[in-house]
Amino acid sequence: MIPMTLTVNGQSYQLTVEPRWLLADVLREQLHLTGTHLGCEHGVCGACTVLWDGRPVRSCLTLAVTADGANILTIEGLAAEGILHPVQEAFWQEHALQCGFCTPGFILTAVHLLQENPEPTREEIREALAGNLCRCTGYQHIVNAVQRAAAALSDNHGHAPSGQ
Amino acid sequence: MKPPAFAYYRPETVQEALQLLQKVNDAKILAGGQSLIPMLNMRLARPAAVIDINRLRELTEIQEYPDHLLVGALVRHYQLMESPLVRRFAPVVAEAERHIGHAAIRTRGTIGGSLSHADPAAELPLLATLGDWELHVASATGARVIPAREFFLGYLMTALGADELVTHIRVPKATGVSRFSEFALRAGDFALVSAAVSLNLDAHQKIDHLRLALGGVGETPWREPAIEAHYRGSEASPNLWTVIATEVADLIDPPEDLHASAAYRRQLARALLEKTLAETAADARQTLTKGGPAS
Ligand SMILES: Cc1cc2nc3c(=O)[nH]c(=O)nc-3n(C[C@H](O)[C@H](O)[C@H](O)COP(=O)(O)OP(=O)(O)OC[C@H]3O[C@@H](n4cnc5c(N)ncnc54)[C@H](O)[C@@H]3O)c2cc1C
Ligand code: FES
Ligand code: FES
Repeated sequence: MIPMTLTVNGQSYQLTVEPRWLLADVLREQLHLTGTHLGCEHGVCGACTVLWDGRPVRSCLTLAVTADGANILTIEGLAAEGILHPVQEAFWQEHALQCGFCTPGFILTAVHLLQENPEPTREEIREALAGNLCRCTGYQHIVNAVQRAAAALSDNHGHAPSGQ
Repeated sequence: MKPPAFAYYRPETVQEALQLLQKVNDAKILAGGQSLIPMLNMRLARPAAVIDINRLRELTEIQEYPDHLLVGALVRHYQLMESPLVRRFAPVVAEAERHIGHAAIRTRGTIGGSLSHADPAAELPLLATLGDWELHVASATGARVIPAREFFLGYLMTALGADELVTHIRVPKATGVSRFSEFALRAGDFALVSAAVSLNLDAHQKIDHLRLALGGVGETPWREPAIEAHYRGSEASPNLWTVIATEVADLIDPPEDLHASAAYRRQLARALLEKTLAETAADARQTLTKGGPAS
């Protein structure tokens, strides 16, 4: 077992982990943050995506030990003080989810996209979300939601609540 | 599934890593983990030990020298995509990086891991072959330099010994104009076929430098310097691109799998090569008329 420090959603944790534990498992099993979902466990579905120092990573393809000292944002940390992040709000408004299994990964991937590219075209949105699979909705509503979020964020003069 | 249990080592220096590689049996190096961890999760790999090189700060930089960049093996895909040095001196790398997996894969995956993994459809092995990159490799008993064209030996097979670590990659500054293109079933998937071209034209629109490489058409990236030499001095024209692409497509022996037949891959190779040649030539002409340095 190896000691490590992990900051998740602004809170710092001292943990001891087995080297083979995945970041996803530590988030879910140790910290009980079960909003991070595991679909394929080999990098293909995107359900387990979290932000590491602001960049998306597959928590199923990251050994927790390698994230020692990292600053992680999961879906639980996105809504600041109970107010939905504009991307969450837009997913709700646009009916961009049905079962919701894929949704945390889509939302965090979209949050990163809109930070890098605040006014993406539909084509760019599709490309950025190509690593996330949804088995329920088809992608139409999800792309609509990201567009809506982009518009909402630019109305806020680009000051996105960071969730942290 | 979860990774099987393994002994875990986390060296802080290259020296320490090399000693571990010499001492520990059946050890796998862990870099970005974007190829190794899927294999652990699916239990396709069950190494007795994992040597995590993510703390080797010595390997995280891109340094500029007069005629090349020296890229640390731990430089991540997203850093290659964003680096001003790469954009300036090896812009085709930044162009190709966009096609490597998804943003989440590019956050972690490294240049050293990508080359060492040696997937025949991967972008960086193709560009290494095109650009004559050199791999700086070290072990506890010494160091050597392996030219890219001698590094890739077969499907997921390289010239690396079990105790060797790729430390740096020497990327020559581009002397010609280079372009890259690929066809994948979905954005971010491994390419079915990819093509890369590097080209220079002289003042009379004749070819004075030509390199061609293809990915996904064999066990290693394809390149054939004899063909490149054959067309030196030829006049640039759309007809010439068709001739070259057709000749190459007839030469290769692409594999057949679930995703594409051999004939389809051959057709893709021909089309991508012709298109990439035309694009590269257009860029090369622009460089000529601007009289600017080749980029
Ligand atoms: C969903 C998905 C899509 C992807 N799509 C693409 C794609 O389109 N194109 C593409 O090229 N790649 C793709 N990849 C793979 C990705 O590029 C990986 O980052 C890369 O292949 C391996 O780099 P890594 O740093 O993650 O290496 P790791 O997974 O850590 O290691 C890979 C192998 O290399 C060895 N190794 C690593 N570093 C060194 C070193 N310095 N010296 C010696 N040996 C070393 C390891 O022991 C291991 O055998 C994809 C991956 C996923 C999960
Ligand atoms: S569970 Fe990580 S990508 Fe599918
Ligand atoms: S909403 Fe069910 S998988 Fe996407």
